[in-house]
Amino acid sequence: MTVAGDAIRFEHVDYSTNGLHILKNVTGAISEGKITTLVGPSGAGKTTLFKLCNGLQSPDSGEIFIKDKPIGSYEPVELRRNVGMALQKATMISGSVRKNLELPLTLQGKELAEDSARELLKMVGLDKTDLQKKTKDLSGGQQQKLSIARTLVNQPDILLLDEITSSLDSVSRQDIEELIVNMNEQYGTTIVWITHNLQQALSIGDDTWVMMDGEVVETGESSFLRNPQNDRVKQFVRGEIE
Amino acid sequence: MSFLTLSISLLFVIIPLVLSKTLNLGLEKDTIIASVRSIIQLLVVGYVLQFVFNSENIIYIILMVLLMIAAATQNAHRKGAAIKGIIWKLIVTFTFVEVLTQTILLGLNITPATAQYIIPISGMVVGNSMVLSILFLNRFTSEIETHQDETELILSLGGTPKQAIHTQLIASIQASTIPTIESQKTIGLVQLPGMMSGQIIAGADPVQAVLFQLLVLFLLLTTAVVTSIMLGYLSYPTLFNQRMQLAGSAVERDE
Repeated sequence: MTVAGDAIRFEHVDYSTNGLHILKNVTGAISEGKITTLVGPSGAGKTTLFKLCNGLQSPDSGEIFIKDKPIGSYEPVELRRNVGMALQKATMISGSVRKNLELPLTLQGKELAEDSARELLKMVGLDKTDLQKKTKDLSGGQQQKLSIARTLVNQPDILLLDEITSSLDSVSRQDIEELIVNMNEQYGTTIVWITHNLQQALSIGDDTWVMMDGEVVETGESSFLRNPQNDRVKQFVRGEIE
Repeated sequence: MSFLTLSISLLFVIIPLVLSKTLNLGLEKDTIIASVRSIIQLLVVGYVLQFVFNSENIIYIILMVLLMIAAATQNAHRKGAAIKGIIWKLIVTFTFVEVLTQTILLGLNITPATAQYIIPISGMVVGNSMVLSILFLNRFTSEIETHQDETELILSLGGTPKQAIHTQLIASIQASTIPTIESQKTIGLVQLPGMMSGQIIAGADPVQAVLFQLLVLFLLLTTAVVTSIMLGYLSYPTLFNQRMQLAGSAVERDE
């Protein structure tokens, strides 16, 4: 059944690796143009779900639809430019901030204009004079910000963010939250945000998914986190499951 | 040199044996095996070469070269076991390098088309190509493992497999060819190359020996660079599947 208005739809998605069943029968839809937060204990399969959406891995069974088209019908390069992903571990390539920032364009044989580069740095709260700095001289938080800016260079329609504020101080975290919410409001970018911070999941999310042991156990408008129905989710919200 | 003088030269085997025994180094068994094997292998090769040289039959020359390629492949393939189809990639690489070098040498009349030239030169080319392959595969597999995050990053941003593996590929090609290039910079200053020394001892004119040694050095430069590049470009596509995903078990690590 095709449901209009879904940015991503999962139908009975299973994924295993190295003998571990990482995702079990994941079914559900991420609404287009909304911010969906994804919460759950470590090892729930959240990051793997992102990698499937970005096309870095493929499910063993089941189907993923991106904007109502099977994921396999997209060219991998086209898919990855449209479904941007910033992971918790902000991987940097060796070299300058600029080299990292313009990497998505370099891969297409293009260059990033100086003004655009400075604007992007400003948006994520980095100093525009940092462009020539070596990435190894940046702090973990600064690398995280640079990773977000780099993902934005491709101007993706869907943005997958994995714990991107975990290594930031509270002021920087607020700035990044504002930036992402603004992107969502101004450009209609669909955001899926993995977070361990339930307050953050509540405050920025329109919808929330709770994942545990590779399964989606409860979904709905984020406010359900105040009063979940599922017993395991209740335990998780109370901090009894980490 | 007679068999009598060769047997006297076994003194050079006895010295390390005595030292190993005295200092409890535990090298006796390996030293004896290595010595016995080298005597048998080289004597067999000597007699086979004598037969091939005397017969002057192209079939025997080709068989000798094929044997070298098979032995080199057998030796090198374990280092690249993680790369799908590595045996065929090595065979193709060794064969290409051998054909390329012999085509230039024989085609331009640099060396005569006789077994006496073709077989020893092929031995040096294939042997060097084998060492280069081992160096390259060692480095390449370690680069892939160490830099998997960068590879995935580039793929996730819309890069192609070639772009995703480019840095690791270039680093591996450089690392494997640098020893050949560097060793040529000091050649003759630190030690005389074995082949040249052998020719001089056998009574050849030293200048002629140097000229021939230079030919071999230049030949090995081509061998080194072509081997690494060819093996690299044959190997990297097998690391990815049709969906431009990193194939293999190392992909899933984060959760």
